[in-house]
Amino acid sequence: MTRATGKSIIKAIGTQRLVIIGVLIVLFAFFSIASESFRRYTTLITMSSYMYYIMLMSIGVTFPLLTGGVDLSIGTGVICYSIVGSFIIRQMGMPIGVAMLVTIGMGVAIGFFNGVIVAKLELPPFITTLCSMMIVRGLGSILTGGMSGVWPMAGQDGSWFRDLFKVTIDGTIYPVGMVLIIILVTVMSIVLNHTRVGRYILAIGSNKEALKLSGVNAARWHIMAYVFSGFFAGLAAIAYAGTFSNITPGTGAGLELDAIGGAIIGGTAMTGGSGSIIGTFLGVCLISLLKTGLPYIGLQANWQQIITGAIIITAVTIDMARNRKQRAG
Amino acid sequence: MNEVILTMEGIDKSFPGVHALDHVSLEVAKGEVHALMGENGAGKSTLMKVLTGIYSRDAGSIVYDGRKVCFSSPREAQAAGIVIVHQELNMMGHLTVAQNIFIGREHTRGFLIDDAQMNDAARQLFRQLNIDIDPKEKMGRLTVGKQQMCEIAKAISHEAKVIIFDEPSAALTDTEIEQLFRIIRVLRNKQYGIVYISHRMDEIKQITDRVTVMRDGKTVGTLITAQSSKDDIVRMMVGRVIFEKPKTVSHVPADAPVVLKVANLNAGRMVRDVSFELRKGEILGFSGLMGAGRTETARAVFGADIKESGEVFINGKKVQIHSPQDAVREGIGYLSEDRKRYGVVLKKNIVENSTLACLRRYVKRGDLIDSTAERKDTTAYVAALKTKTPGIEQLVMNLSGGNQQKVVVAKWLISNSNILIFDEPTRGIDVGAKQEIYELMNLLVKEGKSIIMISSEMPEILRMSDRIIVMCEGRITAEFDVAEATQEKIMNAATRDIAV
Repeated sequence: MTRATGKSIIKAIGTQRLVIIGVLIVLFAFFSIASESFRRYTTLITMSSYMYYIMLMSIGVTFPLLTGGVDLSIGTGVICYSIVGSFIIRQMGMPIGVAMLVTIGMGVAIGFFNGVIVAKLELPPFITTLCSMMIVRGLGSILTGGMSGVWPMAGQDGSWFRDLFKVTIDGTIYPVGMVLIIILVTVMSIVLNHTRVGRYILAIGSNKEALKLSGVNAARWHIMAYVFSGFFAGLAAIAYAGTFSNITPGTGAGLELDAIGGAIIGGTAMTGGSGSIIGTFLGVCLISLLKTGLPYIGLQANWQQIITGAIIITAVTIDMARNRKQRAG
Repeated sequence: MNEVILTMEGIDKSFPGVHALDHVSLEVAKGEVHALMGENGAGKSTLMKVLTGIYSRDAGSIVYDGRKVCFSSPREAQAAGIVIVHQELNMMGHLTVAQNIFIGREHTRGFLIDDAQMNDAARQLFRQLNIDIDPKEKMGRLTVGKQQMCEIAKAISHEAKVIIFDEPSAALTDTEIEQLFRIIRVLRNKQYGIVYISHRMDEIKQITDRVTVMRDGKTVGTLITAQSSKDDIVRMMVGRVIFEKPKTVSHVPADAPVVLKVANLNAGRMVRDVSFELRKGEILGFSGLMGAGRTETARAVFGADIKESGEVFINGKKVQIHSPQDAVREGIGYLSEDRKRYGVVLKKNIVENSTLACLRRYVKRGDLIDSTAERKDTTAYVAALKTKTPGIEQLVMNLSGGNQQKVVVAKWLISNSNILIFDEPTRGIDVGAKQEIYELMNLLVKEGKSIIMISSEMPEILRMSDRIIVMCEGRITAEFDVAEATQEKIMNAATRDIAV
């Protein structure tokens, strides 16, 4: 009885996700033992503020990945949207609420643009989003005249947006952004597994032709995958502004790779059709833990890149081997 | 006769350079299984695409259920009750059976999809058809036969009145085909109008009420199946008579040397302790049901899958084959059952495909390919094998199935293969081209090549093989000389374990 329940729990979480949870625990223990300074509450805060924007991007990019596509435009997109947001506040004197809406709106617009080109004109997603990655990189600078982005600092008007991510009470910082993330992970999990848009996105990654022949307007739902990606890039732009005080135009290339890496480690197949938001969540946790923890044991950022690369290869290899076995059995 | 549900009349359709349909007519009655036959390229699929609104028609009328219709998309046709069960199954492997069946018509509660209700509805459909499939199973994990049953269930759930089966049996085993026929009979009794597209003559005789034959975009005529013979139909299809006579005696001389010997081969669950010999000039037929382990055996011998144990001898000499490269070096060629995936490179031309397996031979001066030699050899084989193509520069994707198969044969002949493994050599190939493939195989063995032929078609096995090996669940269960083999004996051996 207990064994059966145990098995069904394992099945529900998924082997790959269990492996990641295991790795997370082992790594966390390792860093804690190896470095005294890692064992501090502030480490968790650092880790969480780095995690927010990557997590948001990663949740979003999971959807194009599930269709068998990819969205490379989110990295430079985050910077572009965030700079435009700051321009709205600083130069145009608009309230921060408007700036946030515009920031998210731009993400949605670029996502829609990508989606239309991929789904309607049927260009390869890699090419499409590679181009829009370049476009948004330039666009951010042009719209704001090449100025750096600065969102309201603590104490300034509109700084309440920072409280969305961390709240300081009596000198202790609380990473309330985690609550936001957990809510979004839950909501998007439900969207993916129990709503039509999620179902059709999985179906597109599985066999788009079949979906079309079933009489479904596949293009419309295909576009939605990229809109999700853009929407979350917009959210990530706000989180990014909450983490960094100064946002340099023209940067951001490469952020998307961390986000995509997180989704892949979490078990999303690049060929589309299978994956989960919880997997993505765990994948990003792993990447963030590495990024935060490695410097404490004396390994710098470059090592983190190498290790992340190795982990992705391992994760995908395990996943493919398991699929092959499943097919054979 | 029953009330007519569908009448297509004078349907005309042209594509640039091709008059695909030339005043074609087709009539289907309620409770009728109507066969649509014709060689590949005769216009059957085009006609069905016009019917379901994938193509628009240039002229002609379609009357369905008493009114004139003109569908502009498959969705409209589906909504009206005309559904195709496609030849290449249109399923989404990552979704469950129920999710596949109700795709696009999900039961929802608010924003959320009600999967439990969909599972119940799917279960009910399966009960109607008397089949046993778990609606919660992932579609990709079902056998092709079961996937097809799901497609049928889906068609019924659309409240279809006309169901079109496009070569439904192409990938099914004999038992699965029987089950398919049982279901089709259930549908016939429920007064569905059924269009059945197939190349297989014995099926047409078994299951259909009338046959409409098409050739070169025209309707040749409609026959009542029960009153016509196989040859009547075939004559209408190709304009010439083909006699499918089984081989009665082995053509291999008694003293022919053994060219390939496989001893105690084990590879996974599907290849258990397999031993056999192949002699020079012999066609050795491998019969059995789908999943009997025949393809797996061939792949293990060829080095495409890992062998756990066992020995392979070529011309009496023990050889180590760990990869297809090794096999090719030893003179073994493998013609996959899935030609489009494993046999040819569709987007390359005939020359590139023909020399693919032995390109090294055409490389000289550094790493440049000698294209003159390449073209010369390809031209020779195109002529020898009578490959029908406008030129050797033709992309393989533009050739018919039979001619693609010939390109694969050329590839192995060019690389000096003496042992050819044909895995389902005529799958998806029409009757006329089938005959040519058979002739080609006979010619090859006459010239001293040896052939292993894996086939799920009983007439093919009996017609072509000198000797027949039957497999069941990964083991060899029988071996017959063609003189003593009968369909019953083979079927018995193929189902030995399952029947008990």
